[in-house]
Amino acid sequence: MKRLWWIFFLMIWPVLAVIVSLLTPQLQWGFPLSGQSDSPLGGEIDHLFYLILIITGVVFVGTHIALGYVIWTASNRPGDRRAWYTHGNHKLEMTWTIIPGLILLFLAFYQMRTWAEFRMEEAYPEAAKQNIVAEVNARQFEWRIRYPAPGKELQRKPQLDDMYGVNELHVPAGSPVTIHLRTIDVQHSFFLPTMRIKQDAVPGLVIPVWFEASEPGEYPLVCAELCGWGHYKMGAKVVAHPPEEFDEFMKKMHQAQFNDGFAAE
Amino acid sequence: MTSETPAHPDHSTDETHSHQAHGHRQSFITKYIFSTDHKVIGIQFLFTTIFLLLIGGAFALAIRWQLAFPNTQMPFVNKAFFEASGGQITPEFYTMLFTMHGTVMVFLVIIPILAGAFGNFLIPLMIGAPDMAFPKLNMMSYWFMWPAVACFGLSLFYEGGPAAGWTSYPILAALYDAAPGSGFAQTLWLMGITFVGVSSMMGSVNYMTTIINMRSPGMTFFRMPLTIWAMFITAILQAFALPVLTAAGLMLIADREFGTCFFVPAGITVNDAEPTVGGGQPLLWQHLFWFYSHPAVYIMLLPAMGMISDMLSCMCRKPIFGYRPMIYSMSAIAGLGFIVWGHHMFISGMNPALGMTFMVATIMIALPSAIKVFNWIGTIWGGHIEFNTVTLNSIAFVSMFIVGGLSGIFMAAVPVDIYIHDTYFIVAHFHYILFGATLFGIFACIQFWYPKMFGRMMSEPLGKLHFVLTFIGMNGTFFPMHMLGIAGMPRRYANPYLHEYLEHLLPLNQFMTYSAILMGAAQILLLINVFGSLIWGKKAPRNPWNSNGLEWVAPSPPPHGNFEEIPLVYRGPYEYSSPERTDQDYWPQTEHEIVSSSSTTTA
Repeated sequence: MKRLWWIFFLMIWPVLAVIVSLLTPQLQWGFPLSGQSDSPLGGEIDHLFYLILIITGVVFVGTHIALGYVIWTASNRPGDRRAWYTHGNHKLEMTWTIIPGLILLFLAFYQMRTWAEFRMEEAYPEAAKQNIVAEVNARQFEWRIRYPAPGKELQRKPQLDDMYGVNELHVPAGSPVTIHLRTIDVQHSFFLPTMRIKQDAVPGLVIPVWFEASEPGEYPLVCAELCGWGHYKMGAKVVAHPPEEFDEFMKKMHQAQFNDGFAAE
Repeated sequence: MTSETPAHPDHSTDETHSHQAHGHRQSFITKYIFSTDHKVIGIQFLFTTIFLLLIGGAFALAIRWQLAFPNTQMPFVNKAFFEASGGQITPEFYTMLFTMHGTVMVFLVIIPILAGAFGNFLIPLMIGAPDMAFPKLNMMSYWFMWPAVACFGLSLFYEGGPAAGWTSYPILAALYDAAPGSGFAQTLWLMGITFVGVSSMMGSVNYMTTIINMRSPGMTFFRMPLTIWAMFITAILQAFALPVLTAAGLMLIADREFGTCFFVPAGITVNDAEPTVGGGQPLLWQHLFWFYSHPAVYIMLLPAMGMISDMLSCMCRKPIFGYRPMIYSMSAIAGLGFIVWGHHMFISGMNPALGMTFMVATIMIALPSAIKVFNWIGTIWGGHIEFNTVTLNSIAFVSMFIVGGLSGIFMAAVPVDIYIHDTYFIVAHFHYILFGATLFGIFACIQFWYPKMFGRMMSEPLGKLHFVLTFIGMNGTFFPMHMLGIAGMPRRYANPYLHEYLEHLLPLNQFMTYSAILMGAAQILLLINVFGSLIWGKKAPRNPWNSNGLEWVAPSPPPHGNFEEIPLVYRGPYEYSSPERTDQDYWPQTEHEIVSSSSTTTA
């Protein structure tokens, strides 16, 4: 009886783990908000995540069935029967080296395209390369955003007619956009949980980050790299506008920020 | 050292030292405090690290309290610690808490309990040596831990405490103005790391020398128990990786105190201070830090893997399955461990092309880990087990290691890591490795070698109860962290519920905190068992587990000098249930082919 109880105790937990994992989407403990990614690249990342989840899930269940089985037989051996005297099995060793090795290699190479798309400049979508909307400059504990004047390109150095905002990044929806990520003090990390985007901001570097909001709406932007005591407060949002309204919106912002009583030239 | 100090055993193995095993007296101080005996040093390490484990655990409980009941009064301790903030944990105090939790657990508990406590105690005993190669160096390795403890302890009393995380990334850790916790406390923290490094370094040199030079006759490399192999590989890892961390630490101290600019680029304005000058690069720290700290992950795991192999084999009465593949896979883990540090930096802003190479290396490190798991399962297969505390903790080790290993693949895959990096998924992963695997391994080790250390058995019922409660509490605390990570909850947030998309995770966090409290409370049983058994434990025979290893040939506890006579080794340590032996199901390494079993068996 005691033996059964221990096997039950050791083996009930993988069962519970699988049940809880399967229930996770229903309980809303999974991917944030709708559970769907709000950007196409995020969709690819979700796909890779689920692929790994399935492979590791099968391995998890398989190894635990094997573990449960060997524990069951090893604890049920009659007292007078000795353990099986073996030092191993060469064929088995080769099998469980080569097969997992191939699976792992496949996994590694299967990931590369998505990574290149996100981070290798040659593989960026064309639209992302052309559509540089803003510079995001992080500081303790806020996001400062600098937009070029409507119709102009973002310059490395601040221009007289640049527009500024704090904690609200306005972008057009439905097409890839690039921001230039900087920080004026410590490291921060530009994290869009619903779009599955994350990139550290490093002092002294300007890092291009592209993303695409599929639908107009507001998306959370938080900091994911420890930046001091107020790290948790660096909440902000990305506001995606319908593409046809975006230019209009930027023009209005420009008017509002430069409405200083002088006539425009 | 008084005049009573005995001549140290001279360290050639071909001479008997039996006279040293008896007959010299030492004062209390040389025997128990400034001892050069590896067993006493090991026990000193064990008690110190158990004490520090409780402190690190207390930090963890405070963190869990804040995440479950943000900004409410802590029970019991609010008056003592948090009076100034109305009994609440402030965000700056919270950053200090998780910094010190990580620091204490990694540098002062896990590394020293494996290499310091068990490495010290077991290496000479298991290879049949009278002591370590450099006993005084060994003593210093223990005593260098205390300056580190002092530095870390002192740093808590400076404003903010060290608060840049256990990884201490500059700029945050480099400039005094960067945060309340970046003051002198951070310099003290770096000095503490340096002292810990010196301590481990002295240990690792000693372990390597001892294992290479002081094996007893017949103990060839491929007759060594896997524990010794693991300790050997760990020592090599430490010897090559640690200097890098020490150098990086000194560079950061120089940046902070002497105005150098290794890690600080020009033109940074922190907290409205003067812009910085100089042209450093903060990513350099991350490279140097992880060049040590990734191998350190294996320093925190490999010894436990080795010891689990020995315990499982003994508890299953069966030879280890695939002895050589186990050694080769440990070596592969160690070798690959040196070229995967970049997986901590996928989104740090380093050259993205490096992401690909580091990804392939990292994913491939899952292979030797998988081989080890299969071999452990193979070891239990067809064995003859009995469920005692050692077996249960060892099986828990294997099971938890499977989870921790598999979750590692998610973050090794760069695209997925873009999302889960710096979320609770990472926290879940490394707690499954460090708590789930290593700490369960340590619980098993304590139970298994306790009779050899103190000559008494630990209580089985208490040990089992401790195991059950810890196992439930551990999974209840850490399994849901995977979900938090997937839900996008970042690490190191003093109050994640400020953000709308995380609000609904509060009940889950509360459940985890209750589990953590259960797990913390269960450790009281461990304390009762470890310290109570010193007094009430049943007297242990020489070889209570009917094990083959050399350490069980020595008396329990072994005297100074360990063995009555130099043990001669005739075979590997895993000859259990050999059909050639009909009288008993084990075959100690020291017993020659034809021997009447009655002379050495113990009841």
